[in-house]
Parts: sequence; C-alpha cells; structure tokens
Amino acid sequence: MSDIRLDTLGKNFGSTRVLQDVSMSIEAGEFVAVLGPSGCGKTTLLRCLAGFERLTEGSIAIGGSTVSTPKRHTPPEDRGIGVVFQNYALWPHMTVAQNVSYGLKIAGIAKSDRDARVAKVLDTVELGPLANRRPADLSGGQRQRVALARCLAMESRVVLLDEPLANLDVHLRGTLEEEFARFHKRSGATMFYITHDQSEALALADRVAVMDKGRILQFAAPRQLYAEPANETVAGFIGEGTVTGVRNLCPMGGGRAQGELLGHIAPLRCAANQTALPRARITFHPGDLHMVPDQHGIEAHVIRATYRGAFLRTEVMAGPNADIPFTLNIPAPASLTQGQRISIALRDGWVLPEAA
Amino acid sequence: MSLASTNPKRPSGALRLPSALRGERGLLIALVLFVGALSILPLGRLAYAALFPKGDFDAGRIIDILGNRRILEATLNTIYISVAATLVATVVGTMAALLTTLSDMRARTLWIFGFVLPLMIPPQVTALAWIQAFSPASPVLGPLGLALAPGMRHPLYSMGGIIFLLGLYNAPLVFLSVRASLYRVPSSVVEAAQAQGARGFALTRDIILPLARGGIFAGAALAFVSSIGNFGIQAMLGIPARVSTLITLIYQRLNSYGPSALNDMALLALLLAVLTVIGMTITAWLGRRGDSRVDTTRRPARRSLGRWRLPVEGAAWLYLAICLALPLSALLCTALVRGVGQPLTLDTVTFENFANALFHHEGIREAFGTSMMLTLGTVAVLIPVAVALGYVLSWRPGWIAKALNIASELAYALPGIIIGVAMILFFLRPLPFIGTALYGTIWVIFAAYLSNFLALALRPILGGYAQIERSLDDAAQLAGAGIFARLRDVVLPSLAPSVMAAAILVFITAVNEIQTSVLLVSSRAQTIGPMIIFLEEAGSATLAAAVGCLMVALVLTLMILSLIFGKRLPEGVLPWRD
Repeated sequence: MSDIRLDTLGKNFGSTRVLQDVSMSIEAGEFVAVLGPSGCGKTTLLRCLAGFERLTEGSIAIGGSTVSTPKRHTPPEDRGIGVVFQNYALWPHMTVAQNVSYGLKIAGIAKSDRDARVAKVLDTVELGPLANRRPADLSGGQRQRVALARCLAMESRVVLLDEPLANLDVHLRGTLEEEFARFHKRSGATMFYITHDQSEALALADRVAVMDKGRILQFAAPRQLYAEPANETVAGFIGEGTVTGVRNLCPMGGGRAQGELLGHIAPLRCAANQTALPRARITFHPGDLHMVPDQHGIEAHVIRATYRGAFLRTEVMAGPNADIPFTLNIPAPASLTQGQRISIALRDGWVLPEAA
Repeated sequence: MSLASTNPKRPSGALRLPSALRGERGLLIALVLFVGALSILPLGRLAYAALFPKGDFDAGRIIDILGNRRILEATLNTIYISVAATLVATVVGTMAALLTTLSDMRARTLWIFGFVLPLMIPPQVTALAWIQAFSPASPVLGPLGLALAPGMRHPLYSMGGIIFLLGLYNAPLVFLSVRASLYRVPSSVVEAAQAQGARGFALTRDIILPLARGGIFAGAALAFVSSIGNFGIQAMLGIPARVSTLITLIYQRLNSYGPSALNDMALLALLLAVLTVIGMTITAWLGRRGDSRVDTTRRPARRSLGRWRLPVEGAAWLYLAICLALPLSALLCTALVRGVGQPLTLDTVTFENFANALFHHEGIREAFGTSMMLTLGTVAVLIPVAVALGYVLSWRPGWIAKALNIASELAYALPGIIIGVAMILFFLRPLPFIGTALYGTIWVIFAAYLSNFLALALRPILGGYAQIERSLDDAAQLAGAGIFARLRDVVLPSLAPSVMAAAILVFITAVNEIQTSVLLVSSRAQTIGPMIIFLEEAGSATLAAAVGCLMVALVLTLMILSLIFGKRLPEGVLPWRD
C-alpha cells in the first residue's frame, strides 16, 4: 500500500505562506511530477511529504495511515519512504556499498544478510564492480544510481525525487531520465518527482501537478495539461502556450466550438459544459498557427524570424493596431524578412474554462 | 543544580532517559540546561546582585557608587583607552590586510603568521615582554645604546603605553575581519574601476575600502570588545602606572575586600558589560549596510607594488621586528639571566629559570598541571556541546537556537572578569544536594571556562556545518538513524577538520586564560595564566619571563602542528593561516 493522499495542506514559514490548499490523490505505483518555477513551494511540498517539515494545516496519509497533521507528526525515518536528493546526498566518507547498507545497518540487520542484499541491489543498478569506490570517484550518472540503490535497498514503496537532474548537463539528462523510468518499472514504487523542467515532467510522469505560488493549478496527465490547460498560468507555462481573446464563442457540441479571432472564424475545442459567450479566452501553441495564402487569414507582419533547423520560429504582430503578438513555426525551407506581411490562420485552440 | 549539570550531554546517558527526552528533543533540552546553567543564570545572578543587592532596587546606592570620584575616573579611563586602542588596531590591522591581500608582497604566509602570532600569546606575557624590552636594563636595546637612562619613567607605564600595546595586540583581530571581507570583494567591480582609469591609491580609497567597510567595522567591534576586556595588559601596565580602569579596579577591590565587596563589584561589572555592549552597538551601527555580496569564484588580482615593493616589504618586516622580535627576544634574554638588569653574556647565561619553572618551583608546576587539566576538560566537554549546538543552529533554527547562540556569544564577548564575578556570585553559596560550595575550587574555574569559550568552539564548527550539505543528514535520518547516530556517523566525519581547529583554538585560549582565573584562583586551585602576574608582583621577573617563554613556545608548537595537520580545513578557520 503506497498511495498518497494530501488533504488541503498549508505551510507557513513565519508569516510567509509557502503552501496553500494543496490537495492531491496519488495512486500506488503512480509516477507523479510536480512542476513549477523556483520558489513556488514544490521543494517545501516534498519536505512536508518526507517529514522534514511540519504542517500548518491539512493532513498527509501514506498507504492509508495518516503521517502528518499539524498536531501529529511521524518522523521521516518512520515513514518508509526514500528520497533522491538534488545532489544525491551520498555520504562522502563512505564507500558505495556502505552508503547503500547504512540504513540496513541502522535497522539492525545482521551483517551477512546486509551484505547479500547490498550486493544484489548494486548488481541491479549495475554498480557491483564499483562497490568499494567513494562517491567522489563516481560520475554523475553513477552517483544517481547509488542514490536509487539506497532506496531499493530499503525497499521504499514511496520514492521522492528532488530535482535530481537540475545540476546535470543536457546530454546526461536524457540517459538518466530513462534510468528513472526503468527504476519505476522495476520497483513498482510510487514516485513523486519535483522539477522545474517541463520536458522532464511531461516525458516521465503519469500525471503532472503544475504549481505556482504555493498552490496546485492543475493536476492532470501530460497530454491533457498540454491540450486542455485549466487556466492562463498553466497555459502560458506549458509548451509556450499563447493566450488571447476571441469573440462570439459558440459551442457546437461534442467538445467542439468556434470563435472569431481577429475577425476570422477559428475551430476550437472546449469543455463539454461550455456556454456561448460574446468574449472568451483561448490558448494555443505555436504549432497551431499556420501560414495561409494572402487574404485568406489574419493579416500580420513579421517582427523577427529565427532559424531553428527544421522550421523558422517566427514572431509576428497582428490585429487592427498591429499590437497583438503571435509566435508560429513555419516549416523550412522558407525565407521571411522583417516587416514582410503574411496571412495566418488558427487551426486549433482550447477555450479556457471561465475562472469561477 | 548538581555537578552533573556541567556535563549533561552524554549519549549513553541520554539513551536511558524516558522517551520524551530522547532524540532531538532531549538534545535540545540538554543544550538549554547547559547554556542556561553556565551562561544565562550566572549573568542573571550578576545583574540581580548589582541592581537588587538586598532584594530591592536602590537608585541612591547606584548613584553613590557610580558617582564616586575614583570609579568615575576609572570609567572614563576605560572608555578613552578602549576607543583609542580600537583606533590604533583598526588602522594597523586594515593596512596589514590591504597589504597582504592586494599586493604582490613576498613571503606573505610567513609574515601573516608573525602578524597574527601576538593574538595567540597571553596578553600578560606580551606586556611583560614589552616591559623588559623598554626597561632601563633592556637586554636588547641596551647593547644597542638605545635603552632608557636609569631613573627615567618607563614609557609603557602610562595611559599611552596601555593604548599602544592594546592597539598592537588587537590589530590582528581587525586584520582577520578585513581580510575576510576583502576576499569577498568581487574582482569584476575592481576591474571595472581599473577600466575607468582608477589605480593605486584612488582605487583603494574609492572602491576597495568602501566595499570592505563592513569588515573594517566588524573588526573594530572585535578590537573594542577585546581592548575593554583585556585584563593582562591593563593590569600589568595600569596598576604600576596608577592608571585605573574598571577591570583593574574590580580586581583590586575584590582582592583587598573579598566577597564583602561583591555586590558593589557586581554593579561595576554590569557597568563594564553595558559599556561593552554600547561600544559593539555603535560600531555595528557605523558599519551598517556593509556590503556582503559573496563572490568566491574570483578574487581581485594582486597588484604589483612596482618600485615601492622593496621599501614596503622593508617597512612590513620592520614592523614585525619591532612588534614581535623586540619584545619576545627581550623576554627570552630576561629569562636567561639570574637577575633583572644583568647583561646577557656567555658568563651570565643560565637555564636556571627554565629549570625552576619546569621542575623545581612547586607552585608553577601545580598551576601548570591544573591549567592542563582544566583546559583538556574544557575541550572535552565543549567540543561535543559545540557540535550538538552547531547542529541545532545550522539545521534546526528557531527562537530557542537563536537565544542559545546569543547567550553563548554574550558570555564570550563580555570581558572575562564579568564572568568571573558572576561565577563567584553564583557559586558562593553551598550548592543544594551537595552541601558544599564550589567557590575556591577548580570547579568554579571550570564552569567559567565552559561558559566563556563555548562561542569560541562554536565558530569554526558552524563554519564546518556551512560546508556540509544538509541533505546528507536528511538522508541519514530517512535511513532511520537517530540524532546521535547521525552526529557520529555522518556529521562528525565531515566535520573533523573544523572540530580539530575548534579544539586547538579553545585549548590555546583556555591555557592562556587569565581574567576569570585571576579572580577565581585560590590557594587550592592555581592556574598558569595569572602565575606570571603573581611572580612579577613578587619580584621574580626572571622566573616570570621563563614561564612566559614556555607559554609562547607551547602556543607556537600548537599553531605549527595545526598548520601541518590542518590542510583540509575550510578557509578562515585557523586565523594564522593565509
């Protein structure tokens, strides 16, 4: 049993509100990512979950038993969770094997059992030959595997990961992301992954919680987060979303709708209960805008076109006063000059649910 | 209050405690008891005795005592001497810091070692050395024909002499503080000024000094606290010169009147404490908005002194020759002759004084033994306490941690003589449960040392904690390790170098300690620090010089040992290391 229930968490540091009304329900074995800019409270959320911080409000239950309320607090060592810290927190004066076996030693497991278990775990993460090395002699990827091996050895059913890839270079990240996915598959543990990198979150997690200013803005599967953001902040945060206004929004049933963007009808998606509105806010990604033959779309002029290999990232200004910025990707080869006038059309967009 | 409270923090003891007191809560309670019993309660007792001697507040008595002509004079002297000495120390220390951090002076490491060394020598030994250097029968200046004529007043037995020596003695404190802040000046802002054409003096005056201002005033605050509370120099020079200061007045009155003068002296001690705190506050206010940006990646480049290099180096080494070699060689010369004033020749040279000091003089031997025991005991208790307190301060902050830190800092910053008076007051009456008083035994000195030096042990250890990733401890906690297992298995191995440095600092300071011991020593318990003053007062100047030489040798040995074994220490933990 390793499901996690967060119920209306609140956390203050002095008079500063760091977490507010955070509720999440995570299934056993699920891989959840928490995504947000630095300072949004995501690390505090992890520390509350791990038991390093006490709650101001709300409660946390792991595997059905309540571990945190403002009054009751199970210490971290009694929660049966593993944490992979940002810098991996390997004890520099211990060897790889000692790092992995320390928790077993504290638990009073006999040396022979301990050694057998450590050897097995190190083999699983392919670190057997390095058992007697010290952390300083390991590469970044090997250190991460030691940190994971520590969680494996303790048979943690819940593993929290605190921006484990933040300090690594881009090449290593891809490899290590796979490592996490493999670890998740093999251990079946519930994973709770903190990051500020949306590509990491979208690639790894079953569900992603977007956090800002201590609140959870949306908690959904990556695909839904990208295609159907709950509000403007999420829309702007995920996949370079653009938010703009449309007129005469008219739902057409089956989650389809259409509206007028700068005088041109655009096909849109919307929530099932969306009502017709004279004005609404929609969001779309650069890939949803296309260049069309002149006079058939929204008039715009090019501010800047940047060569990005497969496409030209093009920033344009549209609207009667030429003051509404859009970004679109125009497939290469193409050549655009600054000031050039083009026509664009929106092929897809998402109607943001009215803020209650 | 039981004896055990001076030594409460044994893991083995904690394990037997009821569960509510186990683990981190138990640790915190033990720390509160330790600091409370040794710092907060005695200082509280002092304030109570000063203000409510018979149980109620009597403003008339306070005005009477403080308005007394001699006390007024001592107060004004104290203020004048500490402020003037602080100015001297600030100017000398800042110049030394600028020279060693920003110029391409050669043999810098050796020079810094020599410049900081006086700080580690007991002040009473420094004073004795300078007295010998300038005495009419000076063993160094005499042969050079520079000694004073007999009958002339000794120039150091004066207000100016006290200020001069205190200034030189405390210059290294300012040096260390300014150097630390010069290291933090980002190289880019210096380079930007150079790109604008600023160089040399203008660059130093307009860019570097303003950026180091915080460090300069922090150093000045330290120098002020150290000057106002420096018993060794104030007593060795001030008592013969009849320049009375609060600190010497308290010592003399307590010596002549004994415990009957305690309540009045408590008031003077409180006055001294208030002056110390006012001085610190004013300096902190002057240094406010001190720039504290941290840029450890690149330091400003050392600038070439050009054709000034040789003259500047010459002046720097001449300073060391005058301030270090002159007094210390005089001390050594005095220690090597039979009587003060005898010229040192092949015929007169004798090791009798050293032999006496080391083997024959029973008082010295016992005092040395007592000092060693006290010092080792202090180190043995304070280091674990400081490691635990450092843990709480670094990783479990809160108002309790803050209060403990302030109490220990206060006990360290306040002149030792205040702690001495507080300890007498606190331990004068028989203890409950035991029925005997600790006053007059070495236990009261031990308590004073523990109170006085906790902050000293704490600083390098806090520096060590700052270098450890907190997640190392978090990870061990997740692994199920309790607080004591974590301290032993995870914290201590990483902290070891800083712990060594803290132990050495506490050892050197405690072995040199004079101010609290001078009040607390009795026929039953003598320590080595005040011995020099007693020997000098008793007319055995050559024996005093020999003891002084031995103490310098001990300190020097420890400093060099620490350099050899301290290669892995974080920067700035050992003040004498470049």
